[in-house]
Amino acid sequence: MPEIRHQIRFLLNESDVSLAEVAPDEMLLDYLRLRRRLTGTKEGCAEGDCGACTVLVGRIAGDELVYEAVNACIRFLGSLDGCHVVTVEHLKRTDGTLHPVQQALVDHHGSQCGFCTPGFVMSLYALWMRSPQPSDQAIDKALQGNLCRCTGYEPIVKAARAITGYGAPQADPLHGERARVRARLSAMADGSRVEIGKGANRLLVPADVDDLAEILQAEPNATIVAGSTDVGLWVTKFMRDIAPAVFIGGLGALRAIEEGTAGITFGAGVSYSDAFSVLSGRIPPLGRLIDRIGGDQVRNMGTIGGNIANGSPIGDMPPPLIALGGSLTLRKGDTRRTIALEDYFIDYGKQDRAPGEFVEKIHVPLPNPDARFAVWKVSKRRDEDITAVLGAFNVTVRDGSVAQARIAYGGMAATPRRAKAVEAALVGRPWSQETVDAALAAYEVDFTPISDMRASAEYRMMAAKNLLRRFYLATSGGAMPLEVARYEVAQ
Amino acid sequence: MTRHEPLDLKKAEISGGVATDRRHDSAHKHVTGEAVYIDDMAEPAGTLHAYLGLSTVAHGIIKSMDLGAVAAAPGVVAVLTHEDVPGTNDISPAGLDDEPIFAPDKVQFLGQPVFAVVAETREQARRACSLARIEYEDLPALIDIAEAGEDARLVTKPLTLQRGSVGPALQAAPRRISGRMRVGGQDHFYLEGQIAFAMPGEDQDVTVHSSTQHPSEVQHMVAHALGAPSHAVTVEVRRMGGGFGGKETQANLFAAVAAIAAKKTGRPVKIRPDRDDDMTATGKRHDFLIDYDVGFDEEGRILGVDFTYSARCGFSADLSGPVTDRALFHCDNTYYYPSVRAISRPLYTNTVSNTAFRGFGGPQGMLGAERIIDEVAFALGRDPLEIRKRNLYGETDRNVTPYHQTVEDSEAARVIEELEISAGYADRRREIAEFNERSPIVKRGIALTPVKFGISFTATHFNQAGALVHVYTDGSIHLNHGGTEMGQGLYVKVAQIVAEEFQVDIEQVKITATTTGKVPNTSATAASSGSDLNGMAAQNAARQIKDRLIDFATGQYEVPKEQIEFLPGRVRVGNQEIPFAELVRQAYMARIQLSAAGFYKTPKIHWNRDKGKGRPFYYFAYGAACSEVSVDTLTGEYVVERTDILHETGRSLNRAIDIGQIEGGFIQGMGWLTTEELVWDDKGRLRTHAPSTYKIPLASDRPKIFNVELADWGENREKTVHRSKAVGEPPFMLAMSVLHALSDAVASVAGHKICPRLDAPATPERVLMAVERLRAEG
Ligand SMILES: Cc1cc2nc3c(=O)[nH]c(=O)nc-3n(C[C@@H](O)[C@@H](O)[C@H](O)COP(=O)(O)OP(=O)(O)OC[C@H]3O[C@@H](n4cnc5c(N)ncnc54)[C@H](O)[C@@H]3O)c2cc1C
Ligand code: FES
Ligand code: FES
Repeated sequence: MPEIRHQIRFLLNESDVSLAEVAPDEMLLDYLRLRRRLTGTKEGCAEGDCGACTVLVGRIAGDELVYEAVNACIRFLGSLDGCHVVTVEHLKRTDGTLHPVQQALVDHHGSQCGFCTPGFVMSLYALWMRSPQPSDQAIDKALQGNLCRCTGYEPIVKAARAITGYGAPQADPLHGERARVRARLSAMADGSRVEIGKGANRLLVPADVDDLAEILQAEPNATIVAGSTDVGLWVTKFMRDIAPAVFIGGLGALRAIEEGTAGITFGAGVSYSDAFSVLSGRIPPLGRLIDRIGGDQVRNMGTIGGNIANGSPIGDMPPPLIALGGSLTLRKGDTRRTIALEDYFIDYGKQDRAPGEFVEKIHVPLPNPDARFAVWKVSKRRDEDITAVLGAFNVTVRDGSVAQARIAYGGMAATPRRAKAVEAALVGRPWSQETVDAALAAYEVDFTPISDMRASAEYRMMAAKNLLRRFYLATSGGAMPLEVARYEVAQ
Repeated sequence: MTRHEPLDLKKAEISGGVATDRRHDSAHKHVTGEAVYIDDMAEPAGTLHAYLGLSTVAHGIIKSMDLGAVAAAPGVVAVLTHEDVPGTNDISPAGLDDEPIFAPDKVQFLGQPVFAVVAETREQARRACSLARIEYEDLPALIDIAEAGEDARLVTKPLTLQRGSVGPALQAAPRRISGRMRVGGQDHFYLEGQIAFAMPGEDQDVTVHSSTQHPSEVQHMVAHALGAPSHAVTVEVRRMGGGFGGKETQANLFAAVAAIAAKKTGRPVKIRPDRDDDMTATGKRHDFLIDYDVGFDEEGRILGVDFTYSARCGFSADLSGPVTDRALFHCDNTYYYPSVRAISRPLYTNTVSNTAFRGFGGPQGMLGAERIIDEVAFALGRDPLEIRKRNLYGETDRNVTPYHQTVEDSEAARVIEELEISAGYADRRREIAEFNERSPIVKRGIALTPVKFGISFTATHFNQAGALVHVYTDGSIHLNHGGTEMGQGLYVKVAQIVAEEFQVDIEQVKITATTTGKVPNTSATAASSGSDLNGMAAQNAARQIKDRLIDFATGQYEVPKEQIEFLPGRVRVGNQEIPFAELVRQAYMARIQLSAAGFYKTPKIHWNRDKGKGRPFYYFAYGAACSEVSVDTLTGEYVVERTDILHETGRSLNRAIDIGQIEGGFIQGMGWLTTEELVWDDKGRLRTHAPSTYKIPLASDRPKIFNVELADWGENREKTVHRSKAVGEPPFMLAMSVLHALSDAVASVAGHKICPRLDAPATPERVLMAVERLRAEG
């Protein structure tokens, strides 16, 4: 067993923090505002949707120190061991000079009521550090997780384009101090397990994946917390008790991505942002889909593993991964098993996972070279919205007829699910408008969607069918354009 | 300013005067996080936190209430119910006694406050709330106004506007169409939620920091609730993190609860609901059903219109009377109706009591006008813009509104004409038609819609304002007025006006928090009136002091008045120039009063509601927008390709601030008409009560191309402050162009022969359903 440490340690702006008292469900935002009186970081929603609470978290990834924008409102304090938290208070120089991001916003009238502004500052800060001269598309993407009710965004976007004229990231303290901060963070990573609290009311940070397996053996009912973009809301919205909580976000081994010729294997802790960097090149439709999950803050925290493990019928990753024939490796103690992803989802709120078992890896096969693969998400608002209907199509046409079809939907049933009757209506038939029209009736066999605040059952059904029609047109070189998009979509 | 700073006696211009693009006074504090909102204020030792316990049924009698477990929960110091209200358990802004702080025996909507918990921490208070056991006896609940019968209960007196005889006009009209439009409500989604922080003082005193647009009303409500005179209550607000009308009356509840708790416990008490409770328990923009019957001729000239505007008001009147009135005042938008009748139906429902929201009923009113334009255009196979232009108010005739005010300043024709050219409307309309020919799935649409918005509170007595200006002996100036700052830039505009009067740099003018202790009996910062009213009051105060300085200088230097002039940073007295601060110091030595209370009331306006006649508006603000959209006819998804706006601001006090109001207002309006959908289930539970389910626009929803121009060719014909025009609300309605562009795109699937009757919000779902209907009928 590894050493046990009874404090979490991290850097907050300039200062070292070591805390021996941390509640398992304590949020970074509350810590900043209530315990530290750092009130520049705001609460607008406490559910990861508005971005008013945006801070940067620096973590060591391999040899690098990377800074990412995250939502402090749903980021557990316990998950920050060995990290560098940077808040808006850190930006202004001691001589009172504003940071380039701040000055650009001021000069472009980027704030009105100002309540959203610190969050925008932090999101733009993260963007400018990785891309000092961003495209408009990159700016929009970086701001998907920030709501402003006053400005209509135009001045903020103008400021974002102009930041580079106010200074280069090379001159930024987070750049200059990189080596020193890395050394300080590395010194904190002593390979021990962190354990704080007593009895059930404990939080644990495993030393490594084996330690995680061991902890879960001992505490099979512990809440596994990866990116906390779901679990965070259980606490902030539903006041659910999550103790004992096991924070796995910092486990490097779970963040590994293995690229093979036939597919890609993701550690369960790979964030959307990290997955994007691989998927946008290898399976572009999945890259585009990830762009529409949450905002940058959520993508920096949230994991594919969590999206699957959570078992939601409207999680965006399961349908396309099912369509691709993906599988999962589950681990309990030292025992591992691999199952088809579609078999993992048993029913609403019920998955094939035993107490003490955790998702270790996700295997994503590449589409066949002659297959057409497409994923479309339909939601009320284009970005940072939960799916009303999502359709994923993996269809191989040979000699004019459908050789293989795997089609899966989200938002249409109690679980992410294949449209098996529709598949059957297609396979073996010519890939033609007639076949598609005839297959539409099979949707009524596969699905009985519900009505809720996101969409009516009628709309869900209609849109689900129309996605197949869109897929047909897209693969048969039919009517163009086929979609509306803010930026050109390469098909 | 320090004494030693060298003075530039040749300065040609002050910094930050009127008509400069001064940035928001708090911009540098916004970006650093140093701007203090109420939740950021240092908490005195012993501060407690309150949280509201909300009802869980839409309509019911409280059979029993067991708060034992709540009181026994960790950290709980007090539990409050209606029995703990020392004064009157009512915060009805309409004075109708229909809005309890805590529901006494009956709840009337799901989410109504029933009790409050006061605890050492907010978390403790919040958790304790969930331990309450309340049993209700369910009563029948009316949630959806479509289900309201003819004799349905109203929350306040309805209004009828009438001119000409509409019945005969409709009967005689060559063409006639009737229909119904559903218009959704809107949550304010101010980024800073509701909050109040009360500090008990001696005697009956209490000071409340409230995130409110209406400190005087909060003061009255708190006094009322405490059973104390108004003088015991001081309400202060430095800034809000957004208001949009949502903090005009809705802050009353939180302030009252904090104050009651503070007086009861003798400790400071803060209350801040979380976002879900904020959205569930506070009022929103009214949703409407608009029934219309329009008669017109073959040329598209409207001959008569009969409108009924039914509104979901919720369980109490709140501001529903004036909101539904204003809907009727805007049922004409920029169009002349030879005969018209418009009736309001402010309906009682078992939902949260709806309230003010930017535009205050005006937007819903105008949508009715624009819908009938669409109906006429599609019926005749004409471009809706042609129908719009055909029906505009005339200059000398055809210029009387349904409320019998003459439109003296119609700028609509000019605004439309200039925008039509600058946006390339005609060419683009042709190109779009060609595109649609070629493109079976994605369809484009374009629309150009005007706005005419009446400026003034329709309750005439609200059109007054006060200000307080002190000049200190070092020449620095303290400015205070009754207006509140919610991001709209009111503080900086008023400071510009004062700097301009004294000809001092704006840096010399200290903007101070709005407080009932300095300027009393103020009106809400609402109805776009903030700078019109408070700017004038501050100017008046400054002028009083200036006059005294001039009088003093005349005597002291023995020069005639005409030879005294305020120049940048200095005053010319005869043939010498004296630094401003020096003159002020001399005046002080001569015992001249250097402080003044300013006052202003809007002239000319009057309104007789019973007769439906008068001049409720001092003037109108005009604008127009042209939007183009692309619609995916397979899913109903869309993007706004381009928007061009031309909006009139008179002689703008600050173009940068005004453009910010226009851009922000437009996007907010676009959200209302597109993705912002409020959904109540049949139990009366609001299902869209947080940003995860309620979708306001993101940066990536703004038009791909967005051109905003100020029509600054003119100055206000009326004597407003520096001849500027109000700009807070009018641009909101420019977003109608997006709804109508969507309608145009949808109409293309049936050759523009059927009116899509696209209701709002036009979510992708509604757009797809309209496409399907037109395809089926077309
Ligand atoms: C603002 C916002 C927007 C969002 N938008 C979208 C969206 O557009 N589409 C979408 O699909 N989702 C969306 N989500 C939800 C999405 O972010 C989550 O589903 C996410 O993928 C979960 O990953 P996580 O790492 O944050 O999981 P956590 O919240 O940490 O955990 C989620 C669940 O998975 C379990 N879990 C996590 N890791 C493991 C593991 N290795 N083994 C076993 N169990 C595990 C946890 O115990 C918990 O039950 C959004 C969330 C937010 C806050
Ligand atoms: S407070 Fe809204 S995202 Fe955190
Ligand atoms: S400036 Fe008010 S929310 Fe952005």
